[in-house]
Amino acid sequence: MTRPQIDMRPIGRHAPVAPPVIELRGIWREFGSDPPVVALRDVDLQVLPGEWLAILGPSGSGKSTLLNIIGLLDRPDRGAYLLEGEDVSSLGDLARAAVRGQRIGFVFQAFHLLPHRSVLENVMLAELYTGQPRHGRRERAMTALEHVDLVDRAGFLPTRLSGGQQQRAAIARALMGEPSLLLCDEPTGNLDTHSAEGVLDVFSGLSRQGMTLVVITHNTEVAARATSVAHIVDGELSMLPKPPAPQQRAADVMPMRFGHERGLDHEHL
Amino acid sequence: MSTSDQATTSSRRSNPPRPRLRPRDLLADCLSSLSARPTRGALTVLGTVIGVAALVATLGLSKTAGNQIVGRFDELAATDVNVSSKTGRAGLAAVSLPWDSEQRIGRLNGVSAVGTLSDVDVKGQLVRAVPLNDPQGQTEFQLPVKAASPGLYAAVRATLSAGRLPDQGHSDRADRVVVIGSNAAERLHINRVDNQPAIYIGERLYVVIGILADVQRQPALLGALIIPEGTARREFGLTSPGSAQIETRIGAATLIANQAPVALLPNDPTLLRVTAPPEPRKVRSAVQSDLNILFLLLGGVSLLVGAIGIANVTLVSVLERVGEIGLRRALGAARRHIAFQFLVESTTLGLAGGVLGAALGTLVVVIASAAHTWTPVLEPWVPFAAPLVGGVIGLVSGTYPSVRAAMLEPVEALRTAL
Repeated sequence: MTRPQIDMRPIGRHAPVAPPVIELRGIWREFGSDPPVVALRDVDLQVLPGEWLAILGPSGSGKSTLLNIIGLLDRPDRGAYLLEGEDVSSLGDLARAAVRGQRIGFVFQAFHLLPHRSVLENVMLAELYTGQPRHGRRERAMTALEHVDLVDRAGFLPTRLSGGQQQRAAIARALMGEPSLLLCDEPTGNLDTHSAEGVLDVFSGLSRQGMTLVVITHNTEVAARATSVAHIVDGELSMLPKPPAPQQRAADVMPMRFGHERGLDHEHL
Repeated sequence: MSTSDQATTSSRRSNPPRPRLRPRDLLADCLSSLSARPTRGALTVLGTVIGVAALVATLGLSKTAGNQIVGRFDELAATDVNVSSKTGRAGLAAVSLPWDSEQRIGRLNGVSAVGTLSDVDVKGQLVRAVPLNDPQGQTEFQLPVKAASPGLYAAVRATLSAGRLPDQGHSDRADRVVVIGSNAAERLHINRVDNQPAIYIGERLYVVIGILADVQRQPALLGALIIPEGTARREFGLTSPGSAQIETRIGAATLIANQAPVALLPNDPTLLRVTAPPEPRKVRSAVQSDLNILFLLLGGVSLLVGAIGIANVTLVSVLERVGEIGLRRALGAARRHIAFQFLVESTTLGLAGGVLGAALGTLVVVIASAAHTWTPVLEPWVPFAAPLVGGVIGLVSGTYPSVRAAMLEPVEALRTAL
């Protein structure tokens, strides 16, 4: 008897039976030798579906290393990593590349948009290695651009966009292919306050729609918007108490409604 | 965990996911990358364009020049066919050529002129000119006497300095007329024919009707007296023509050499000896092979320079695009996809260089030929193989940079901004 395939990925943060999107158990990562520098020291972490985790930490604390390991760009020396309940720490290079392409979206501090290609082409690039058919790719990319309110900039070269718009285009690229997880490395690090607000608004909207987000940042504003916050110092990760109350967050967000960035503010304010 | 979830997980475990890159996507992406930097692309392929153009031009020019050399050689030597009887026992001719040899061979397609030529045995009689009786000098000479059919003069490309050539009428009537070669004329002190000079062969008087200025074949004619065939037959008992001298059209020599003996002697063509030029193609290839080695060497060096150019620029491109490589790895590209990307780009550049080079090389051959009023000659496969050569060069020279690109660690690569 055949049963219809059911997509068991979490629909919202309250999905009852879904395993954690990220589960790290006793992760160690060292660099060099004689003496080795310990970048991550026995890190345990659980990120539930729909959770928005901000990881704060000073430079050199190991937060980028942690993000690289979560993003399957790097391998831990010791420890187990379960992505959506599946042990991915033992996967080979090819399989890790496939998991990156199909289930993880990346957002970088420096945007990493190809300068000679239009915004739309940059977004479409995300499907290049996923085996998705070419048919309908443009439409899917336009849908992703709709999420970040950049449809009217689809034909522009990235260099003609503002920093905030560039980062939103990069988020659209990360959303292409509907990943289970969005990993963001200092997404507001290169942006002015207004642009940063726009980007954070996009994150808020995504989080509300059930997207799991892990953001590493210096920016306490990001931490204030996140649903959970972790702190990393010298490779040791510790969870912080809940972020500030919603009223305070709303007060923080209010000024950006009159800002110049066009974000998703209308959706959640 | 639900049943379906378990099934999904177990199927994932048994078949680890693999990244996929469709060939069309790869090609389209590479073309996008290349078209993003058109100037760089053009400069990159310049080396290959020059290399392939040099190769095509050298192959074409050497072929053209070789053809030209052979063409000049063709004009005279390669159109010269001579048929005579084989020598039988006691040094006598094995067979006789028919008297209508000229007509028989003249009917063959590919013959532009034909005539028969025979040595006349005058039994030691001396030749003297009439008017001069110089006691101081020699007035009687032993000069060779030949008999010719009217067509012979065209077949040896004879030119006259004075008078006219005998025609069929002279031969039919056995008129006692003679054409003398320029050397013979000098010895006999005859330099004009308007005063109707006459000479004695033995005791028979012949009227000189023409003086040959030059012949391009059978140079012995310049020192001889030439009488019509009919005259030789009656006066000196010539039994048959000695040989047939044929001028063919260019390229027909081999054909005529095969057909002439059958036309002359259908019963036993093998008894005839045919002297024909060597197969023109053989001469041509011998001349060309010497030229080609040198030129190919030059073309090869240019191609090597082109290959180094592509390798160099591709390597620089890899170093410049480290950030992009990191991004592509993050988007799910496997190492091999990165390698494919750069290989396809460098191969495409090589192919483009090959196409442009082939066109340029062909143009050079045509222009150089036009300047020298030569016929441009190019092997048909050369312009088609040249782009492939370019492609192979792109592929080979892109290999090392591609491997370098594929070996980059994504974490390291992502530290570089685009």
